[in-house]
Amino acid sequence: MRVKIGELKTDVGLVKNLELSIGRIVEEKWAEPMGPTPFPSLTALREWDMKLLQRYKPFYMPFCDVCCLCTFGKCDLTGNKRGACGIDMAGQQSRIVLIACCIGAATHIGHARHLVEHLIETFGRRHPLDVGGLNVQVEAPVTRLVCGVKPETLGDLEEVLDYVETQVTHLLSVAHTGQEGSNIDFESKVFHAGMIDQVGMEVADIAQIATYGFPKADPEAPLVDLGFGTINVEKPVILCIGHNVVPSVGIIDYMKENGFDGEIEVCGLCCTAHDITRYYKRGKIVGPISWQLRFIRSGVPDVVVLDEQCIRTDSLYEAQKIKAPVIVASEKNCMGLQNRTNDPADAIVEDLVGGKMPGALILDPEKVGEVAVKVALKVTPLRKKFKVIPEVDEVIQRAKECRQCNDCRRACPQDLHIPEAMKAAAEGTLAKLADLYELCVGCGRCEHACPVGLPVHSFIVKAGEKKLKEETYKVRAGRGAIQDVEIRNVGSPIVLGEIPGVVAFVGCANYPKGGAEVAEMCTEFANRRYIVVTSGCAAMSAGMYKDEEGKVPYETFTGEFAAGGIVNVGSCVANSHIAGAAIKIANIFAKRNLRANYEEIADYILNRVGAVGVAWGAYSQKAASIASGCWRLGIPVVVGPHGTKYRRMLLGRADRGEDWHVYDARTGEKVYVGPAPEHLFYAAETKEEAMVMIAKLCMRPNDTTKGRAIKLTHYIDLHKRLFGTMPEDIHLFVRTIGDIPITMKDEIVRILEEKKWKETVVPDPTLLPRLIRKRKE
Amino acid sequence: MKKDMATAEPWQTAEIPGPKKALVITKPEVAAAMIKRAKRHILIVGHKAAEIELEDKKLIDCMIELAKKANIPVVATAHAISEFLKRGYQPAGWMPAVDIGNRLTDPEWKGLDGNGPYDLALFVGLPYYMEWTILSGLKHFAPNLKTMTLDNVYQPNASWSFPNISAKDWLENLKVIIEKVGGE
Repeated sequence: MRVKIGELKTDVGLVKNLELSIGRIVEEKWAEPMGPTPFPSLTALREWDMKLLQRYKPFYMPFCDVCCLCTFGKCDLTGNKRGACGIDMAGQQSRIVLIACCIGAATHIGHARHLVEHLIETFGRRHPLDVGGLNVQVEAPVTRLVCGVKPETLGDLEEVLDYVETQVTHLLSVAHTGQEGSNIDFESKVFHAGMIDQVGMEVADIAQIATYGFPKADPEAPLVDLGFGTINVEKPVILCIGHNVVPSVGIIDYMKENGFDGEIEVCGLCCTAHDITRYYKRGKIVGPISWQLRFIRSGVPDVVVLDEQCIRTDSLYEAQKIKAPVIVASEKNCMGLQNRTNDPADAIVEDLVGGKMPGALILDPEKVGEVAVKVALKVTPLRKKFKVIPEVDEVIQRAKECRQCNDCRRACPQDLHIPEAMKAAAEGTLAKLADLYELCVGCGRCEHACPVGLPVHSFIVKAGEKKLKEETYKVRAGRGAIQDVEIRNVGSPIVLGEIPGVVAFVGCANYPKGGAEVAEMCTEFANRRYIVVTSGCAAMSAGMYKDEEGKVPYETFTGEFAAGGIVNVGSCVANSHIAGAAIKIANIFAKRNLRANYEEIADYILNRVGAVGVAWGAYSQKAASIASGCWRLGIPVVVGPHGTKYRRMLLGRADRGEDWHVYDARTGEKVYVGPAPEHLFYAAETKEEAMVMIAKLCMRPNDTTKGRAIKLTHYIDLHKRLFGTMPEDIHLFVRTIGDIPITMKDEIVRILEEKKWKETVVPDPTLLPRLIRKRKE
Repeated sequence: MKKDMATAEPWQTAEIPGPKKALVITKPEVAAAMIKRAKRHILIVGHKAAEIELEDKKLIDCMIELAKKANIPVVATAHAISEFLKRGYQPAGWMPAVDIGNRLTDPEWKGLDGNGPYDLALFVGLPYYMEWTILSGLKHFAPNLKTMTLDNVYQPNASWSFPNISAKDWLENLKVIIEKVGGE
């Protein structure tokens, strides 16, 4: 609003040409007082970041020794040399991490913007943000915490998006040559990128939950079909790949409105699949991101619809091989196809069915729905599920062409022993190739490396075909937020340590030894009465396992956010509910002010909430930014061994006693609390190591003696079982004799005596001097 | 001889670093001499050492032999510790691979025994790409430390590495190293 006054006479004088400009009038409805950091700038939380980075110092593992981002370069930064612009290796690595996190954050935020724009157009700006009825009063904990606003309608999300978009722009500008020079300040900005990413994800998910009728914080969200074998190949099949569910909604709506519901299979890969099943109970999830090649090549999909993110960029090429038309539905991913958005649907259908073009760009989700359904119905009888997976005889015959050059193995991210399997295949047995099926991440690099052009991945899929067709599992549809009442129920036992921890299995499918490890870890911790949370591709992998009774983990364990639950929150953007749950524990259970009070809440979570994120197959820049949002909030993240390729860890040093002091808020005394949590970002070499570390990272300074004893029991038990011995560092986690698990007392007391252990106090822990209630005299 | 044999190319084709790359160990005697010359060495053994078979024994058995012969303290990473203990060998320590990597970059770290920083770190049995990245961290941020890999694949970020060699040649090399490292 702009107010212009030509002349204003008042008692104190005459004012001429007064011009007032007001950006926005805020109608204040939220009684909670504004905290110290509403809509924080790049540096508003820098002091908090420095506290974290002082304890969890970066360990850089450069993935590239040079910088090639400007025309001075390439600059050799070996041994921390400086380049032409003055940057050193540490600065360069942190800069690359920042760029990766900006890409990740921008991706979620861009997704959120497109989604919110579309939903406002469809449902109106005043559509309420109901994400759980009366069960969820704190509808947007991350947004409230970061921005200091309480969004009530779709329209309210626009200013939040304005803010995060501005921050991404500033953050990306930091990475320009000749800007930031300090690696530690780059790292602080990495945290900032992660924080705004959490906001962007939350905006996206609450908008779609509120409008699309997704499960609303429902612990009993329906069990939905997962796996190749659940798809009825007798029907026309529409495959949707990506993360933005809007075009899939167009397909499902068109089907329902035109009497095709049940006539066509709508299935998905990656997070779009999760959101399809949140919208449509008959929707099916094929599997994680790594199932893209094998499913397309199987010939089952009749139409492939691509939206955005984590789509193989050769999807169009692969779909052409099986004669399946492609519809691309996002302006972020046009695949070189002609824009047919403004053409009549029937004309597009005719061209796609007639093979005049391999695919079309359609930026109208309703038209995508009509075209996809019509094409599927017409093209299915023509395609006859044409596939490019060879028959067994052909595999054996062509395997004889293999030169045993090792190029496939050397191209394989998993170093799979492909040449040996090819040799066995050439001799007539596919068993060794079949063994590779579950370990293969489906990247297809082996094929591009092969000097004689063997379709190695297709050979593996053929050999594993029986397993593929038997993939019939269930996953609980993404429930979205955690209810306030659930937080009230578990807040106390989590903070006191009696529920040993909250472990969130999230992220992508670049697993070191297959997805079964995720299911195994989820089951282990659920059996131990941790609260297990899942999302994204990891949530699918967690479901792709059956116990002796033929039940998947989602059938065995409750969907409640409670001890022994396995809670699937949903797609990537639903990750925000995991951070949101930790925030709500501080707010709802501990009654800490939430509004723009980031530092205090993060301090609370770091010191009291035993939450750990595990991204066992993390591969993407989005996974990097999701992790960095956790770090700033005080939640440690464990990644698999491929995670070292993110170029740096944030590691504590258990051997440096001086790093592990906090203030006791009751007295102002500095108190040693041990390395809890020991690391903020850490890559485990094996699942065994990860499980032991997860149990350890759940310990927090605030644990009561009873809680610490429970946590130590799990840590020691896992360590003994998987490492075959007692932990070496047990004395660092025992604060008083009361912390010692009663069944292990003699053994541990003996260790404590050997280590010359001394008793300490259990403080009211904080890293923030301003939270000390009584200053030391 | 296969194409990748005896050439100093990274085992994973695209993992090309540089300009600084590991010197190739062409003779096991040279590796043995460098191990003997080190004043403070440490051997980091990953979980794959217990999986890799070299004729009638596992790689981890060779490493135990080497550690005993050359009196090198061992750090077991991941669950390799249990495999050492099963064989009646007590490593000097066990910790995550990234943790030992991080500590080795710290010039103030006095080592597992508190007697001062190490001058040679030997690596073996980690996943290739993980060893690659950790060795990169040491190449850039541990200027006073030399690193050597005893795997049979070229690790370009080490100070010294074997080229890509067959399992048979690998075992032969390890036998020579073990034979040569003992005594004065």
